[in-house]
Amino acid sequence: MDHLSSPEHKQINFSWLLTMAWRDSRRNRGRLLLFISSIIIGIAALVAIFSLENNVRKDIDNQAKSLAGADLIMDNNRAPDEAVGKLIDSLGEERSAQCSFASMVYFKKSGGTRLVEVLALEGDYPYYGSLETIPAAAGRDFRGRQEALVDKTLMLQYNAQPGDTIQVGELDFRIAGTLTQAPGRTGVSTTIAAPVYIPFRYLEQTGLLQKGSRFRYTYYFKYGSDVQMNKQLEAVKDTLERSGWDYETAEFRKQQTSRQFDDLSKFLTLVGFIALLLGCIGIASSINIYVREKIHGIAVLRCLGASGLQTFLIYLIQIVVIGLVGAIAGAALGTLAQQLLPVVLKDLLPVHITTAVSWSAVFKGLGLGVIVSLLFGLLPLLSVRNISPLYTLRISLEPHPSWKDPAQILLFGIILLFVCLFARLQMESWMQAAVFTTGILVAFIILAMAALLLRWAVKKFFPSALSYVWRQGFANLYRPNNQTILLIVTIGLGTLFIGTLYFVQGTLMNRVSLSGSGNQSNMVLFDIQTSQKQAVAELAQKFQLPLQQQVPIVTMRIEEIKGRTAEEARKDSTLRTPRRAYEGEIRVTYRDTLTDSEKLTAGKMDGSGHQQGQPVYISLEKGWAEYIRVGVGDSILFNVQGTLMSTVVGSLRDVDWQRVQTNFRVVFPTGVLENAPQFYVLVTRVPSGEVSAAFQQSVVQKFPNISIIDLGLILRVLDEVLEKIGFVIRFMAGFSIATGLIVLIASVFVSKYQRMQESILLRTLGASRRQIFLIITLEYFFLGALAAATGILLSLAGSWALAHFSFDAPFQPSWPPVVILFFAITFLTVIIGLFNSRGVVNTPPLEILRKEV
Amino acid sequence: MPKACNLKRIVINKMANSILEVNNITRSYKSGNRELTVLQDISFSVEEGSIVSIVGPSGSGKTTLLGLCAGLDRSTSGSVILNGIQLDHLGEDERARIRNRYLGFIFQNFQLMPTLTALENVMVPLELRNEKNIRDRAMTLLEKVGLSERIHHYPVQLSGGEQQRVSIARAFSTHPKILFADEPTGNLDDETSDRIVQLLFDLNKEAGTTLIIVTHNPELAESTHRIIKLKGGHIISDEPTRNAVLSA
Repeated sequence: MDHLSSPEHKQINFSWLLTMAWRDSRRNRGRLLLFISSIIIGIAALVAIFSLENNVRKDIDNQAKSLAGADLIMDNNRAPDEAVGKLIDSLGEERSAQCSFASMVYFKKSGGTRLVEVLALEGDYPYYGSLETIPAAAGRDFRGRQEALVDKTLMLQYNAQPGDTIQVGELDFRIAGTLTQAPGRTGVSTTIAAPVYIPFRYLEQTGLLQKGSRFRYTYYFKYGSDVQMNKQLEAVKDTLERSGWDYETAEFRKQQTSRQFDDLSKFLTLVGFIALLLGCIGIASSINIYVREKIHGIAVLRCLGASGLQTFLIYLIQIVVIGLVGAIAGAALGTLAQQLLPVVLKDLLPVHITTAVSWSAVFKGLGLGVIVSLLFGLLPLLSVRNISPLYTLRISLEPHPSWKDPAQILLFGIILLFVCLFARLQMESWMQAAVFTTGILVAFIILAMAALLLRWAVKKFFPSALSYVWRQGFANLYRPNNQTILLIVTIGLGTLFIGTLYFVQGTLMNRVSLSGSGNQSNMVLFDIQTSQKQAVAELAQKFQLPLQQQVPIVTMRIEEIKGRTAEEARKDSTLRTPRRAYEGEIRVTYRDTLTDSEKLTAGKMDGSGHQQGQPVYISLEKGWAEYIRVGVGDSILFNVQGTLMSTVVGSLRDVDWQRVQTNFRVVFPTGVLENAPQFYVLVTRVPSGEVSAAFQQSVVQKFPNISIIDLGLILRVLDEVLEKIGFVIRFMAGFSIATGLIVLIASVFVSKYQRMQESILLRTLGASRRQIFLIITLEYFFLGALAAATGILLSLAGSWALAHFSFDAPFQPSWPPVVILFFAITFLTVIIGLFNSRGVVNTPPLEILRKEV
Repeated sequence: MPKACNLKRIVINKMANSILEVNNITRSYKSGNRELTVLQDISFSVEEGSIVSIVGPSGSGKTTLLGLCAGLDRSTSGSVILNGIQLDHLGEDERARIRNRYLGFIFQNFQLMPTLTALENVMVPLELRNEKNIRDRAMTLLEKVGLSERIHHYPVQLSGGEQQRVSIARAFSTHPKILFADEPTGNLDDETSDRIVQLLFDLNKEAGTTLIIVTHNPELAESTHRIIKLKGGHIISDEPTRNAVLSA
């Protein structure tokens, strides 16, 4: 009896456990590695993103000043008045000025016209970084000559070369070079507003500085030290704020860029994490099968006197070690994949991305790999504790349902908490993290339910009348050791990703396309001066274009809301009027009727115009009225280019902003603004691309100040932007799909062992290769088809919800690509299934039998 | 040390020379809604150093009885006292320690761990006891069973007879007080069976171990000291063999 209570018998000999774990894994190491390969891609995705995060953070720090190009930036959409002008002259050691605005440009050689962002630059800006051009000297030299720098996408689009001529307004510029990078700009931002730089001193001569055009004046300052800048800034801050000038320092720009990048990296991390979770299902399933194969070995150990804990630890060590190996492989792959990310993300980030090895990212990946291997490997491993030594005596036992094991329930809880915690680290609130976790859980459950339903339906309505091959193919879906749930969940989730991405992109494109279909407008001309109004209308008629709208626009600012100035509103926090309500210019029109994109929601719009002696009743867009916190009956004092005008809110309107037409937050009645400085907007519909190009060319040549937006351009820009963002998402979704494929390969590989004996038996009994081939094909066809169909259905539901609730757009998916996606996923599943099973089909039965004994 | 104390408390003064006492044990299993009684009211005791065979037709409860006697399972009622320790109230891990300390096993299908070499398979029970010089002891045992040339072979590389010899070496490695053998020749041809039985009996004689064998083989049963016959979960006879008389 003394032996039993002796401490050496009870203590856990760790080195023996390690030895046993090593010995036990001997003949299964290859398979264990395959199991763990499920997480390699997920870890690789996360390590790549963590590395990118660390590197970009460093890059943003190192390139902080290049992001802004200056120490201090001030801007406003009005030219500085005398006081501000003096103030500007007193700031900084060096300063540059820039005036930017939207305008049409005309490429003389190709005859192409396009709306661009013209930036008239004076001074040596950027002080940090540079305007990167081809040739390199162009970025410096164009300032002294009548030359322009043109964005590379425009150069490509119009097949232009340095030395060609571009017309901006009434003036021709020689193209000095192709602009490849400017401080703070990204590929996406230049796609939306392609920049063309010209020297500031030629701005006047372009004739574009006419009243009514929308300009942005920006001043860049360089300082010897931040201390000096902060001191000066502190002194002028109040004056700047009072006169409505925005300012930002390089540090602020850096923080802003960091914040934008944070959002991006958190999104990417979540996508990578989903890939990892998919891999985790692979681990749980593989370890489950592994443990089942080990039951007899475990029972023998128990028989020889090993405790439940000892046997459990032997396998736990295997999982931790193999998880670590998987994580190391994933981290190495992730570090390599990181080299690709700058190529993928170059259009979304304004900094040059470096790709140094980030050890903190590698260690985070390793830790994460071990944790998920443990958590998900433990799920099936917990059952090891309950394996009875009676298995050695061939006494079959009824399995313990795992959901009755409190440890199993606790583990499920821990896994959910882990997912939620990880999501919380990437999201802003617990609520978002909970929604994410629930979303993933619901998608998992729906896919698992679909799999269960398939198994149940096949069993219940088993097609007994079919031939043996079909019956066997069907039966494989529900027989012991089937992979139905695992494969449907992993392949289904991968399909869900691809499908949602595709549908959302389609919805956004549709929204724009639809707005231009039928007889709706598809071209807007703006900045038409009063003197040009008639001539432009005549030109449009010459091209047989309908004048669908010709709307006057007056720009003004708000001085008071409900009798309170901006200063008063700022001091009185109870008013809760946003500061921005008083900032910037508002473009207003005047008319007495509603357009077909408007609906009155409160008050009334008097059709007779303004009556002398009566207050000026204006109509506000409902959302904006809520934003500035006014309702019907409240007063607003406007500053109409120097003249103060008191108004009363007479009505509120709902506006459909999606239509290509002029919509306004504020509508004045007729009889008030007719004599104010104004410009016009003309809305028309061009029948074809050719007419559009000819009309635009004609307008730009005759009226260079007029800008044109045509729907074709919007569609093109949107397509390019979505393509750039879509590429990033597709790249990340690729990790999930790759994981799905690896899990699929691993699962099929594992099931091959399960099916080996049976296939051998079938071959021995005379089944032909063709029959076995057909059985396998059918099984994987059903699995692939159901997974793809469920994934597509889920993505349709998700995309509909996004279209309905987020984009407020009709959801009209295009069906041919859906069918292609369905067959592509199904085909891939069958191909992988067959490829992995080729050993069973091609090798003589006896050879396999010998290997498997 | 609560578990050790419990063990001490349930130690019962064993009957003179008795290593195993089985008192009125019954074992029932639930099969769906039915309760299936495999063994009913079984009692016997086994003297230290004796060789007992348990025989009976398939489904008579032999293996179940062996499992209960060896502490692999717990009876529905009654008690099993092994080397003075009542097994019925012990947890699985406590029974595992008792198995490691006092028992050896030989199985019909050998039950070697496929991922361990012959030598490692023999070493495992000793390793579980944290003993010293286990490699030498295991090698000596493998030499005794005639496998000194095959110590680094895996089970899959050994014949059935060789695997059973490894299994015997493993069973004797801890100098067990009782050795349980479940159909030890069930998977072997006649010639190999004879050699294995001879080896088993030789080693048993040398170590003075109590041997309990479940078998279908009448010759093997006849070569033991005592035969307990089971049928339908009951003992139908419990008699000494001619062999016992001769050895007495």
